[in-house]
Amino acid sequence: MDIITILATAIATSTPLIFASIGETITERAGVINLSAEGTILMSAMTGFAVAKFSNNLLLGFGAAALVGAAIALVVAVGAITLKQSQVSIGFVLALMCSDLSSFLGNPVVRVEGITVPSFKIPILENIPILGKLLFQSDLLVYSSYILILGSWFYFYRTQGGLILRTVGEQPAAAFARGTNVIKMRYIYTLLGGALMGIAGAAFSLDFKAGWSHRHTAGYGWIALAIVIFGGWNPLRVALGAYLFGILQSLASVAQSAIPDVPTQVFNTAPFVLMILMLALTSGKWLDRLISALPRSVRQGILNTVRTTPPASLGRVFDQD
Amino acid sequence: MRSEEGLHSPLQNFLQNFQFLQKLPRATYFRIGSFIVALLFIGAVILLSSGSPPQVAMGMWNGAFGSSDRFARVISTLCPLLLASCGLIFTFTAGLYNLGIEGQITAGAIASTFLLRMIPEGFPPAITITLAIIAGIVGGGLWGLLTGFLNIFGKVSEIFAGLGMNFTAQGLALYLVFGPWKRSGVASMSGTEPFSDALSLPTVGNTEFSPIALAIAIVALIVTAIAIRATYYGLKLKAVGNNLRAAYVLGIPAISQMLSSFLICGALAGIAGSLQVVAVFHRLIPNVSSNLGFLALLVVMLINYNPFWVLPIAFLFSSLNVGSLELPLSLSLDSSLSGIIQGALLLFAILGEGLAKLSKETGSSQTN
Repeated sequence: MDIITILATAIATSTPLIFASIGETITERAGVINLSAEGTILMSAMTGFAVAKFSNNLLLGFGAAALVGAAIALVVAVGAITLKQSQVSIGFVLALMCSDLSSFLGNPVVRVEGITVPSFKIPILENIPILGKLLFQSDLLVYSSYILILGSWFYFYRTQGGLILRTVGEQPAAAFARGTNVIKMRYIYTLLGGALMGIAGAAFSLDFKAGWSHRHTAGYGWIALAIVIFGGWNPLRVALGAYLFGILQSLASVAQSAIPDVPTQVFNTAPFVLMILMLALTSGKWLDRLISALPRSVRQGILNTVRTTPPASLGRVFDQD
Repeated sequence: MRSEEGLHSPLQNFLQNFQFLQKLPRATYFRIGSFIVALLFIGAVILLSSGSPPQVAMGMWNGAFGSSDRFARVISTLCPLLLASCGLIFTFTAGLYNLGIEGQITAGAIASTFLLRMIPEGFPPAITITLAIIAGIVGGGLWGLLTGFLNIFGKVSEIFAGLGMNFTAQGLALYLVFGPWKRSGVASMSGTEPFSDALSLPTVGNTEFSPIALAIAIVALIVTAIAIRATYYGLKLKAVGNNLRAAYVLGIPAISQMLSSFLICGALAGIAGSLQVVAVFHRLIPNVSSNLGFLALLVVMLINYNPFWVLPIAFLFSSLNVGSLELPLSLSLDSSLSGIIQGALLLFAILGEGLAKLSKETGSSQTN
């Protein structure tokens, strides 16, 4: 396999992850952790596939998946924001329950034929050497993921709405004092994030790994959550993390043909392990010690690029009264 | 006034008998209410997949208690579940969501298998099995401690440190089963070469019920309840869990408390893993933890970390797990229903608890 093919595979692998991790980024920026990602993705992958198959309409499938994602996020929002219960507990139980729910309800559509997103080459752009094959010879979903990355970055850092979103997650009290309805904002962005996670699910079952089987997405929900931290809650870096994971995945399949002694399953877990290791390396104190010999300005530069801080009020209850 | 009381209608007299209901704390209503809502939700899910709730209930009851073999399986699932739940009580008391428990179970199983493979044949089985369980304690404990290091010194939240260690343990188990420890000839998901019968914990008849495993689990439960409720260690752990900063200021060595809770939790999970090897599967399989760690997380959250409720709830959950295995056979429904029931019970309990708190707040603000 040549490098372009590896990278093209990586982009395809990462696309569902982009939707999921940007969705989670939006939710967490508003100060809410939606830990249900794994269950949400599975449940919406199953629903999206079944709806698209029986209506023979891709758009309906994606719509249903987004609705399912938003509905699960609504449970998180009600439980965490209104009822002030532990976000981690609610998200975790939803992650497990919705995974099982997708297996139970999706049993009849396991390994049946369905419809998939057709590929669509962008004219002219597809002919650019290297880049054309890499970026512009896939399908509409992949192109939408590019728009999502750039669009969410623009929204976060260049618009009034994005400023409010970030303040709600950083300093809800200040936002409230300036007349923002913090609770309403948190609801909106949690639901929006959930809908994007739902689309991630449909991206699996209708595009990347077309079809449905039990535990179809194999842990991608958990890795999406890790990528948000890795990406420092910034859409561009989050996307970078997702692509890095995709590259690790496609390298795993190359490595497997190069080292046949090591079984496939081991390579499949490797990217997960590396991702978490990288998280540990970049956030721990050991990084400071490792680079302590470097000049101050270089050190600061490295820390600024690698170190990330979560939104200050992430996971905290906000009392509006 | 007394004469008026005599004028009550028979209905009012009847209702007087239920006055004790009004004396129950409000939270009780919400608990019962959330339980009923959970049952309705589960019923709706069953109807949605065109099953019949009474049939499913009958099927699951049969699957768990229909024969002595099945009941034996309930108990053999209960043992590791109890051990993992006990471990989690320590980390939860310290305020930590130890999602790495699956990996800690797997690490214990790997360490046990390693020891069983090391010891030459002809060694007294009783000693070998004891050593294997000790190896499980060490393996699980170290794996837990590693998660603790990642959390405390690596500043990775324990949720992700744990998940990462889960994936790592899973990868390691897969590597061993398909690589160095593969069965002669074929390597498959079915695991390593089974150990000889002598290296299994003795069971009752031909079932999977091992009294020794149950005894170990019960002892762990008692020790946990005492350690958390009646020792200075438990008190310090609670202080750390309730308010890390305050505990630190008061001079409680928070870091060593947190690390020790990871170590204890991992050790108990490690015993669970070694029981899976020596009492249930008699070999190492890739999915040796069988999601029991995640199930234990649900158990411990449902009982609000109270050691005294571990046994009944863990028993209920393991009955559900075993009972649901019957569903694909007799009703062609997926066995994942047990997970939905367990999740729904916890989810609605959390939501109900929140509603109770909310109604109390609005109630008290109205009286003010």
